[in-house]
Amino acid sequence: MIAPLPPAAAVRSYRPPGNLVIRIEGVTKLYRMGAETVHALRGVNVEIRRNEYLAIMGPSGSGKSTLMNMLGCLDTPTDGRYDFNGKNVAHMVDDELAEIRNREIGFVFQTFNLLPRSDALHNVELPLVYAGVGPAERRERALEALKNVGLGDRVHHKPNELSGGQRQRVAIARALVNRPSILLADEPTGNLDSRTGEEIMALFEQLYEQGNTIIVVTHEEDIARHARRIVRLRDGLIERDERPGA
Amino acid sequence: MTRGIYELTESFRIAFSQIRANAMRSVLTALGVIIGIVAVTLMGTAINGIDIGFNRSLALLGDDVLYVQRWPWRRVPDWWNYVNRPAIQVEQAERLNRVFEATPGSLLEVAVPVGARGTNVKAGDVKLGGVMLFGTNADYSRIVTADVADGRLFTEFEANAGRPVCVLGSAVAENLFPGRPALGQTVDIRGQHFSVVGVLAKQGEFLGLFSFDNQIIVPLNAMRKLWGNRMDLQLRVKVKDKTKLTQAEEELTGAMRRVRGQLPAERDSFSINQQQAFKEQLDPVKTGIAVAGLFITGLSLFVGAIGIMNITFVSVKERTKEIGTRKALGARRRTILLQFLIEAVSICLIGGAVGLAITYVTCLGISGALPELPVEFSGSLMIVSMAVSILTGVISGFAPALGASRLDPVEALRYE
Repeated sequence: MIAPLPPAAAVRSYRPPGNLVIRIEGVTKLYRMGAETVHALRGVNVEIRRNEYLAIMGPSGSGKSTLMNMLGCLDTPTDGRYDFNGKNVAHMVDDELAEIRNREIGFVFQTFNLLPRSDALHNVELPLVYAGVGPAERRERALEALKNVGLGDRVHHKPNELSGGQRQRVAIARALVNRPSILLADEPTGNLDSRTGEEIMALFEQLYEQGNTIIVVTHEEDIARHARRIVRLRDGLIERDERPGA
Repeated sequence: MTRGIYELTESFRIAFSQIRANAMRSVLTALGVIIGIVAVTLMGTAINGIDIGFNRSLALLGDDVLYVQRWPWRRVPDWWNYVNRPAIQVEQAERLNRVFEATPGSLLEVAVPVGARGTNVKAGDVKLGGVMLFGTNADYSRIVTADVADGRLFTEFEANAGRPVCVLGSAVAENLFPGRPALGQTVDIRGQHFSVVGVLAKQGEFLGLFSFDNQIIVPLNAMRKLWGNRMDLQLRVKVKDKTKLTQAEEELTGAMRRVRGQLPAERDSFSINQQQAFKEQLDPVKTGIAVAGLFITGLSLFVGAIGIMNITFVSVKERTKEIGTRKALGARRRTILLQFLIEAVSICLIGGAVGLAITYVTCLGISGALPELPVEFSGSLMIVSMAVSILTGVISGFAPALGASRLDPVEALRYE
């Protein structure tokens, strides 16, 4: 288990941001819904550096999810430029994006999205399978990742034998196992009670301390407040880019 | 490369856990393939059996014997060109043999005259109808395809003198002298008593038309005493090297024309037949049976394939979110494609293996109950049907798997 941390608001360590990881310039996204065209993003500019802890906030319909999909290389912009570690990914095709997602991005979902019939270990190994890592190294790294989130004693449990918080920890271990450039969490506490949610946020704090770059997408102020930087979206544009207490 | 192997292992792992998790559904789906494979392999075995039986029958004719006859072994639309051909004469066999001897490097060994006709025979109170009677000389021993089970064939002396001796086919011997040895007994043919000097081993039927065991062989000279020349005479010519049948046939044509003194402009006044002629006539029939049979049984496999396709579509739909997750974790299109293809192929392979096992047991049962049927479960059949199973899986799984691989990850992740 991880050591209980003091409330996030009490102690806030800032680590100096490193090199530029993400640079988004004038990104727009149009969706066609029947005869109507929806402008999900209307020209967003944002830069994210290594070792930042960032929250993306906004009411539903603000373009928050679209921006997250874009950041996670699940989707490509209609227009604009998106550089990931200096590489323009805006015009990449499916399989190239898959490669980026596999190596550079760790996803944490609201609904955990674990494979129900595989145990925790195999769930965590999965990104390494797609990365072409051999069985022995895969197992070793997955075990280490699980230990790191405090689940060293649960490696052979199936998701339905784990609590919600434990499932999300498995998902976090899976997200981190391939040592990605960013950890991208979409409402990571949305399906958890507030106590377990705080535990997960404490884990994020710890991961940030360890030097990970974390982006949390949420609509809850309480969750966003854990981050060192909050980007607020409204109507497809960045409304504010705050660094509280900086 | 290694990544491909890891992804493949992962795909098999998923496929089997998926099949286990949906055991009932998988069994029902596989049932379609099982029925299809059983139908196709049984049909394949049957076709194979026809082929074996056919070849066995042809072997009875002798694969190194040419038949010189008035009529060819095929349907002739211009019968008027054949009907006036002169009869084959016994003396022509002797003259042919002299020509063979005089020809250096002749491909032909010996010509044997054989007279044939159907007749009734009697032994004591037992009467037997429709027996095939062959009259020949002592050279017959050089072209005979059957083994002599008991006794001997007649000697040159007996043949030349037309002695009343006979060799019985196994069925004739069995019917005339049930339960006792035929050797030394007497058979009444057209009022003449023939003593039995030999019995042939069992040979079987020719294409199910007539039995080679239902024959009696007597000296041709003895047969002529009873019927004169009212019998169908043919010359059977043994070839030295059966791989040179075509050249042998050419040589025989020339020799026969010489014997008959035919002019160069004249057409052959005889036909040379060989088992190949049967083959040529029956091969299209065989092919027809095979094509029709495999097509009809193939339909049942097709139904099985539709079942596989359906279940793969269902599987993709059910696991849309999982596909989205896998894509988010870095699975590429071909990884997802492979995963669902392997799932479909695995069900087909299991179905195919079970189907083959059922066919195997059925074949064992049939050949146990009816040993005379040429049922053979061949290794090539096994390989072919496993290949067909895999192909079925690939074809029926491809469309749903392709659909899965092309899913938009955002849409797939949102799917509930």
